[in-house]
Amino acid sequence: MSDLHATRPRAPNPSASPSAVSFARPFASIAGVLLGVIFLAFGLAAGVGAQATDDAKADSKASTADHSKFEQLQGPFASGPDVTKACLGCHTEAAKQVHKSIHWTWEYTNPATGQLLGKKFIVNNYCGSITTNYARCTSCHVGFGWKDDGFDFDSESNVDCMVCHDTTGEYVKFPTAAGHPPYQDTKFMGKVVKAPDLAKVAQQVGKTSRETCGNCHFTGGGGNGVKHGDLDKSLNNPAHALDVHMDKDGLNFTCSTCHEFTNHQQKGSRYLVTAKNEVGIAVPGRENARPSCESCHGLEPHDRTVDNKLNEHVDKLACQTCHIPEFARGGMPTKTWWDWSKAGQKGPDGKPLVKKENDVVVYDGKKGEFIWAENVEPEYRWFDGKVRYTLLGEKIDPDGVVELNKTVGGPDDPAARIWPFKVMRGIQPYDSGNDILVVEHLFGKDDAAYWKSFDWGKAIEAGMAEAKRVGQTDVAYSGEYAFTETEMVWPLAHMVAPADEALACGDCHSGDGRMAQLTGFYMPGRDTNRLIDLVAWILIAATLIGVLLHGLGRYIAARKRQA
Amino acid sequence: MKQNVKLFTGFERFWHWTQTLLIFGLLLTGFGMYGLHDLFEFGQAMDIHLVLAWCLIGLWLFAIFWHVTTGEWRQYLPTSKGLMPTVLYYASGIFSGEAKPFVTTPRAKHNPLQRLAYVGFKLIIAPALWISGLLLMFYSSWKGTALGETIQLAWVAWVHLAAAYGLILFLIGHIYMSATTGSPWYAHLKAMITGYEKIEDPDAR
Repeated sequence: MSDLHATRPRAPNPSASPSAVSFARPFASIAGVLLGVIFLAFGLAAGVGAQATDDAKADSKASTADHSKFEQLQGPFASGPDVTKACLGCHTEAAKQVHKSIHWTWEYTNPATGQLLGKKFIVNNYCGSITTNYARCTSCHVGFGWKDDGFDFDSESNVDCMVCHDTTGEYVKFPTAAGHPPYQDTKFMGKVVKAPDLAKVAQQVGKTSRETCGNCHFTGGGGNGVKHGDLDKSLNNPAHALDVHMDKDGLNFTCSTCHEFTNHQQKGSRYLVTAKNEVGIAVPGRENARPSCESCHGLEPHDRTVDNKLNEHVDKLACQTCHIPEFARGGMPTKTWWDWSKAGQKGPDGKPLVKKENDVVVYDGKKGEFIWAENVEPEYRWFDGKVRYTLLGEKIDPDGVVELNKTVGGPDDPAARIWPFKVMRGIQPYDSGNDILVVEHLFGKDDAAYWKSFDWGKAIEAGMAEAKRVGQTDVAYSGEYAFTETEMVWPLAHMVAPADEALACGDCHSGDGRMAQLTGFYMPGRDTNRLIDLVAWILIAATLIGVLLHGLGRYIAARKRQA
Repeated sequence: MKQNVKLFTGFERFWHWTQTLLIFGLLLTGFGMYGLHDLFEFGQAMDIHLVLAWCLIGLWLFAIFWHVTTGEWRQYLPTSKGLMPTVLYYASGIFSGEAKPFVTTPRAKHNPLQRLAYVGFKLIIAPALWISGLLLMFYSSWKGTALGETIQLAWVAWVHLAAAYGLILFLIGHIYMSATTGSPWYAHLKAMITGYEKIEDPDAR
């Protein structure tokens, strides 16, 4: 009911001229309560609820074409690119479209900051950088064969259609095969990765699903739930309590319900976020600010009560701030701390030591020490949608906590709102001669790879040499490294809780509330005025004492008179 | 010679005691929001605070209308005549059991000191509360205007806070003076409840 209520367009109030508003309010609120009661009664009587329509629940394979009947897809297929060639026989423009998407380029020039971003260029505090580690990282590239910087980005047959359009759930990319699936059953970390039947997968292609997107986006950073905090495998089959929109028994949204794709380009960007939608509901034919909440819920999503404070907060608070009270809520933890400086320990068998606690790895000789957390309270930052990164070659201050990225915006910035973030913290190597971040060459069969020789000096030297060669940095490695603490912010937009679990006013409007760290603006309930308090309590105490003494004096004087 | 005289009409008593409840509710919820106690969740406290504020505004509109139409507003006109004797009486005479230097009548219900205190409340504390309170309530309507660029929200909040403390000071004095200094000590309090007080027959003087 509340969901439906929230999306109902509001009737304009013709009488609400600016000067009349303040006087109209008390009556409007009484009328609002009455109207609300009437709507509630109507809604219940009509059995209207937040039920998914049949359309929303439609089989993702529903289509006017049955791909299993296509001669071109009968197979057998020797490789992924062979399947793509068959796809392109009909879908002539598909690969060209994918070539333009960030899923393919891993490159993004932020028009607001001018920074050249994307996985090709940024440095994070998970596995650092893709440079020199391509074959491992590109198991999540929407292509085949990106094993070094010589990858052909113009090759159409190297586009991987299946990774997004598989409906069998059997298609996998092998973790270390530069985006290729295993063509025979192959062992990885002691487990057999089954080779998919490419013909079967090709014949059953369909729309994208939470699973296809999730294969990469739920496992970013090297495993389930590691990276984002609001994205993990619990969203493959989410209950209403975990995400009201993806609720498998309710609205059953897929990722692309909000992240709409046109010509294989999706809406929504982590590098340039629509932090404040001022367009409102995405009316067909008009400007569309998907995937923001307001593009369905509008700019006045709450019912008016005795006041309109909730809607008035829309100005300064992202919807997510109250409606994602915690992240990693699906019963699966997310990584919150990664200390690379502790890496290198080996077990008695000579292999990298691995320690597990509560089913998650808390130490890995290859990667260092981890902390994981579930049901985590976000941290809050002002955010106008722009994220500024500390890129390779930029000077850092290794004595402080290095912000690998940071949000732009502040309390006086009309474009900025308070957003919730997962803040990933950790310790990672840097070039202590130049005070810059480094690329760690982790993966590879060569001796310099950290995961072969466990020698940071060699790994960083190899990583930085390659980074300079491919143009990721101009600065040559000084030859000296040390470790520094870093942090990285990840805006939260998923795992939207049911309305009754949203933050209450007092969660922020209190002295030690969630906004305690955000300064530079007055917030009722959080901020006090110690000077006024001090003067007032002195006066109150003096008055009380004065009154008590006066009363006591009268009492004693009266007793004396009687006596 | 004392007579039982009706000092306070039904409306005045209704107004006074309703206002009492509303003001105590506003103080309780307001200082709750300020963080002085945890009896309410912030949003709950604010909702109650706003409802009570609107009720009090409504009550005041009625009260102002009543005072204007009946001419009773003159009861609050401050006067210097007899002010000093009144102050002296409360400072010393009251201890030695002297007679009050003023006579309460239906036409002049308040002594000069009371008049000063009540008019101070009505012209300083209450307007400061109303104006700052309404500005806080409608912050989003003016923050984008010239007013928003001139004054900061925090200043408004501090005026509201200071005025609320001022209200507490007024209440301490008011309750002590009017509830305990009659003869007998509770006579004024009783008058505010029943409407009647035994007062000296002005004709007899």
